[in-house]
Amino acid sequence: MASGVFVGLPRRMVTVNIDGEDVQVTEGTTLLEACRGINIDTPTLCQLENLTPVNVCRVCVVEVEGSRVLVPACSRKVEAGMKVHTDSDRVRHSRRMVLEMLASSVDMSLCGPQVQGWMSQYGAEPQRFGSGAATVAQPVKIDNDLYVRDYSRCILCYKCVEACGVDAQNTFAIGVAGRGFDAHISTEFTVELPESACVYCGNCIGVCPTGALMFKSEYDMRQAGTWDESQQRVTETVCPYCGVGCMLELHVQDNSIVKVTSPLDHSVTAGHLCVKGRFGFQFVQRRGPSR
Amino acid sequence: MFGAGGGTSSYREVEQTDLVILWGSNARETHPIFFHHLLRGVRSGAKLIAVDPRRTGSAEWADVWLGLDVGSDISLANAMARVIIHEGLADTGFIARATTGYDEFARCVEAYSLERAERETGVPAAAIRDVALAFGRAETGMICWTLGITEHHNATDNVLALINLALLTGKVGRFACGLNPLRGQNNVQGGGDMGAIPARFPGFQDLEEPAIHAKFTSAWGGAKVPSKKGYHLSEMFESMDLDELKALYIIGENPARSEADQTRAVRLLSGLDHLVVQDIFLTQTAELAHVVLPAAAGWAESEGTVTNSERRVQRVRRALDPPPGARDDIELICEIATRLGTDWGHPTAEEVWDECRSLSPMHAGMSYARLDELGGIQWPCPDESHPGTEFLHARLWKDPIDGPAAPFHAVEHDPPVDLLTDEFPIRLTTGRRLDSFNTGVQTGGYTSPLRKREALLISPADGARLGITDGERVLASSRRGSVEVPVRFDATLRPGLAFMTLHFPDQVATNVLTIDATDPKSGTAEFKASAIRIDKLVAVPAK
Repeated sequence: MASGVFVGLPRRMVTVNIDGEDVQVTEGTTLLEACRGINIDTPTLCQLENLTPVNVCRVCVVEVEGSRVLVPACSRKVEAGMKVHTDSDRVRHSRRMVLEMLASSVDMSLCGPQVQGWMSQYGAEPQRFGSGAATVAQPVKIDNDLYVRDYSRCILCYKCVEACGVDAQNTFAIGVAGRGFDAHISTEFTVELPESACVYCGNCIGVCPTGALMFKSEYDMRQAGTWDESQQRVTETVCPYCGVGCMLELHVQDNSIVKVTSPLDHSVTAGHLCVKGRFGFQFVQRRGPSR
Repeated sequence: MFGAGGGTSSYREVEQTDLVILWGSNARETHPIFFHHLLRGVRSGAKLIAVDPRRTGSAEWADVWLGLDVGSDISLANAMARVIIHEGLADTGFIARATTGYDEFARCVEAYSLERAERETGVPAAAIRDVALAFGRAETGMICWTLGITEHHNATDNVLALINLALLTGKVGRFACGLNPLRGQNNVQGGGDMGAIPARFPGFQDLEEPAIHAKFTSAWGGAKVPSKKGYHLSEMFESMDLDELKALYIIGENPARSEADQTRAVRLLSGLDHLVVQDIFLTQTAELAHVVLPAAAGWAESEGTVTNSERRVQRVRRALDPPPGARDDIELICEIATRLGTDWGHPTAEEVWDECRSLSPMHAGMSYARLDELGGIQWPCPDESHPGTEFLHARLWKDPIDGPAAPFHAVEHDPPVDLLTDEFPIRLTTGRRLDSFNTGVQTGGYTSPLRKREALLISPADGARLGITDGERVLASSRRGSVEVPVRFDATLRPGLAFMTLHFPDQVATNVLTIDATDPKSGTAEFKASAIRIDKLVAVPAK
């Protein structure tokens, strides 16, 4: 019973060639990490550092010589001698198609500037499918006071399902139901959230890249036209509740907390919070006779 | 533990351990993000054992649930120790090298046969034996606990019984082993670290040790600092009862609702000559005060640090301007010092922290710049080149050990003070729910879809026996008082066991029922074990 620490098997260095450049990375590295290591911008939608890759969006695909099909960079591990092309016609064409098909059927207007940048970088023209193209447009689901679900904005990246499931929360309140174009995120038996297994940790909101899942406070402010990120400050602090010590990022506009997140790389939270940490901040801004 | 009061391990270790005993803790609801780390461990193959009178949300994830009777933890732990010794699973090398008091401990636990433990705990002997063998055989293992261990009249003995198990099997001071109290409030660890306990200066330095005392008084310009330890919370109330303690200055606590035996607590607070309450709200305690000092919220309206359950000191920062008239705690305290005739100036939070670092060796290396850069630092961190300490007591594995040996403590089973009798036959225990916190001062501010009205949770079998229907209002009474409360059936409770929270004192004053029998060593009250009876409100006419 010594005090040795098992840190895993020793890892070898592997050399791969990316866009003509030889790169040395440790065994087990993904192509995405290798690309980002040499500053090759690689678009991703369903990938996130704190989640297991699910390979569903296909926007990160790259060409590997000898491979019949394009491979997803987010999950494909490097192999010695691999020759990778990240900007070939085939790659650009595939990325453009993915972005066009998503943007023609889904409202991606709240995706960050990075996604808008990829749209123009790859020359995506979602309008070319015409006004009759099928969409996932539907009414916003507002069934509780903490967060709303606007599946018109859902690109089915699975991140919320993963955060609700084995990658973090292990609550399994949501999954993907239906097949093909009808596939959609659903609670069990499509019940409303308050009747579902949801515990309102909001870890699904924390990983949603499109604004389909949104704090009710943000949704209401957007509806009222008062949401203004240029007027928001983000301050890191520690949750006021239990003694786990979760780091919170308080998004503050006009001296009010409008949203709470946690850094993905924080050792305590890995970006995840519970209902109190994410939504339990109202007391501090209850202004009135008692405060 | 063995000198410094803090959990010995890091959250990361629970992801890599072989076995976790979650003892008197429903971390799934009360420490949800710690439970994420624990689930990563379970997903990687760790065995999880839940010891809890209730079959909680945490117990649902366990390989084994030991549903013991409230307050029988020592009997269970001692019987496990006896099995481990008899099966030759004790780490004799570690015991000989790094511990003291083993012989007396072994004699003590020898009296705890499996048959006796089954009788005292209600847990089948075979289950106790299986868990003891699993813990004894695991290469690495951790014990984590919360208030199910500490809210008892013999809280300290309960903790010692768990420490004994770790010492017996050499499961402390190594990676992925350890003893971890999960702290219930964001800075309860930091409060202790900073000396907000009766016998310590910051950094757990002994107030009654002359050299330490001299260090602090000279650093504070010859200030008159008491040289004898003060009172803990329960002793303060006892002193109020004797009419000795006549003035009280309360910062950020709501004892008029959080104390056991609330009727007595309110009476004593109301009888003080002078009560000052510094809080962010006009709490029920503040309503009793002669002077209320409106404070800024520590986590969002002021600067400072807090310490978590893995001893990680982290920065809190000002994100909001406090409401008009509310002031920072440091400013309020310094202003009071000025009124008392001494000038402490107007220090920033960082200046106060730097003073603390200059006097507390375990915090010395934690500059604000380093805390920012490293995402918090785990104490001890003796200098600015030190990375912080992942787990404590590695010194016990040096040969010979470095520093004092870790003592076993022979502790005996001692059932709850509030005895079950024919008049009060049901055991009431208390706890928290996921979306709420303590007396609800903070969580009352948001609307949780999970929240239901406060109720007395009982087993469906007890409901049937008492002729009570789900949702019916009843009168719940203990030897101290009665409250009206609706009943809710809960299949996770065994017959004879009832559960309530303290979250909604305006709906149901749960602490009217609880007992203030306290642990003489830690001052914690036995919130976990009251004896109650349940009566129907309206007599049903006989047919």
